[in-house]
Amino acid sequence: MTVGTDWALAWIRRTADVIAEHRVELITLDREIGDGDHGENLDRGFSAVLPKLETLPDGSTPSDVFKVVATTLISTVGGASGPLFGTAFLKAAGAVSGREEIDSAGLVELLTAARDGIVLRGKADVGDKTMIDAWSPAVEAGAAAAESGADERTVLDAAAAAAEAGAVATEPLVAHKGRASYLGERAVGHRDPGAQSSALILRAAVEAAT
Amino acid sequence: MTVGILIVSHSEKIAEGVVELAGQMAAGVTITAAGGTDDGRIGTSFDRVTTGLASTDSGDGVVVLYDLGSAVLTAETALDFLDDEAKARIEIVDAPLVEGAVAAAVAAASGSPRGEVAAAARTANGESTAGEPTAPVEGSGAASGERIADVRASEADEPYERSVVLVNRDGLHARPAAEFVKLASRHAVPVTVNGKDAKSLLAIMGLGLTAGSTVRLSTPDPTGRPAVDALAELIESGFGET
Repeated sequence: MTVGTDWALAWIRRTADVIAEHRVELITLDREIGDGDHGENLDRGFSAVLPKLETLPDGSTPSDVFKVVATTLISTVGGASGPLFGTAFLKAAGAVSGREEIDSAGLVELLTAARDGIVLRGKADVGDKTMIDAWSPAVEAGAAAAESGADERTVLDAAAAAAEAGAVATEPLVAHKGRASYLGERAVGHRDPGAQSSALILRAAVEAAT
Repeated sequence: MTVGILIVSHSEKIAEGVVELAGQMAAGVTITAAGGTDDGRIGTSFDRVTTGLASTDSGDGVVVLYDLGSAVLTAETALDFLDDEAKARIEIVDAPLVEGAVAAAVAAASGSPRGEVAAAARTANGESTAGEPTAPVEGSGAASGERIADVRASEADEPYERSVVLVNRDGLHARPAAEFVKLASRHAVPVTVNGKDAKSLLAIMGLGLTAGSTVRLSTPDPTGRPAVDALAELIESGFGET
C-alpha cells in the first residue's frame, strides 16, 4: 500500500475540520502564553485552503496539493504559524515532487523536509517549547517505524503519537522562542499551542490514510 | 536613486507611524509601510510585504526592519519567493524599529549604499561602532556618486579640530541632527563630534547637545579639514532655525 493524491487531499480536508473543531482549545492555549490568535489564524488559513483544493486540475500530485496549502497558509494566516506551517508544506512538496505515490520511506522524507523547513524558518531547537518539540520526535518515530518495515499508515501513526507526546512534554518547559519567551517561568505548566496544532495535523494524516 | 526602507510591523498604525516619523528626516527616500494583515488586523501579511519589497526597490536595494516574531518570518518567507538577483538586493536588519528606521532613513537620504544603510540601522542596537568614527568604506563614495572628494589641505598636514557653539534654541534635536549627519556622510573622512561618530545619527542625538553647548569637531585625517569646516559652518548657521 502507498498513499497518493487522494490521501493528500483527505489529509488537508481532515486537518481543516480538526482545526475548526479545536479552534477554541488552541485559542485558549495561546491566550495563556501568547497572543491568543493561534486557533483563529490556523482556522482562517485552512478554511481558505479548502476552496483552492477544488481548483487543482485532474492528475495533480501530492506535491501539487502541498504547494497550494503552503502558499495559501503563508498569505492568509497572519501570525507566525503561517510562514512556519507554510514553509513546512512547501519543503514537503519539494521532497515528494513528481511522485504520484508515496511509500513509507517517502513519508519519512516528507516529514523530515517539513520539520527542517520549520527549523530553517523559526530557528528553534528541541526544548524551546515550540512546534519543533512535536515535529522532531514525530520524524524520529516515523523513521524508526519505516526502518522496521512498517506500512504507510503505521509510519504516520507512529509520527502522530510521538507528536502528541511531544506536545504534552512542552508543558513543563520555559519558552525560548516566540511570544511566550517574554513570559519566562510563567509559561511553565502550559502546553505550546503550535506543538498541539502540529500534533492535530499529524493525527489527521493518519486518519486520511485508510 | 536611494536605498529604500520597508517597515514590517504587526500593526498597520505602527508601520505607518514609523514611515511618517522616519520620512520627516529623509526626503526623497522611499519608505514603505507593510503593517497588519490583509484585512487590517494585528499580524503580518505576506502579500503586503511582497508588494512592499517590489515597490520599495528602485534598483539600489531595500533595508527591511521589523517588530515582533512573525514579522521577520513573513519577511524571510517573502524573500524566499524572490529570484536570487532581487533577493541579493534586500537586507533584513535586526534593530529597534523606530530608532533603526530613523537612522537608516537618514543614511539612505545621504546616498549611502545598502550595506551602510543597514549598518546605520544596527547602530540603534547600541553596540557596534555607534560611538566610533566610521572609517571610509572602500568604493562607497563611487557607489553613491555624491561624496565630496576631500582635497588635501596644503597648510595643515596633521589632525584638525574646531569648536563651535550650538545656537539652536531646542538644541540638536532630530531634524538638525539628521541634516548634520547627512552632510557628514557626504565626506569620506572620519569626523567626530565630542568624540562620537559624526555619521551616526543615534550617536549624535545621544550626546544630548542643548542650546549653548560647545561642539568639538575633529578629524584625525589631514584631508578632513573641509569636512570639519563645512560641519562647523552648518552648526553656526543654526540649521535655519532661530
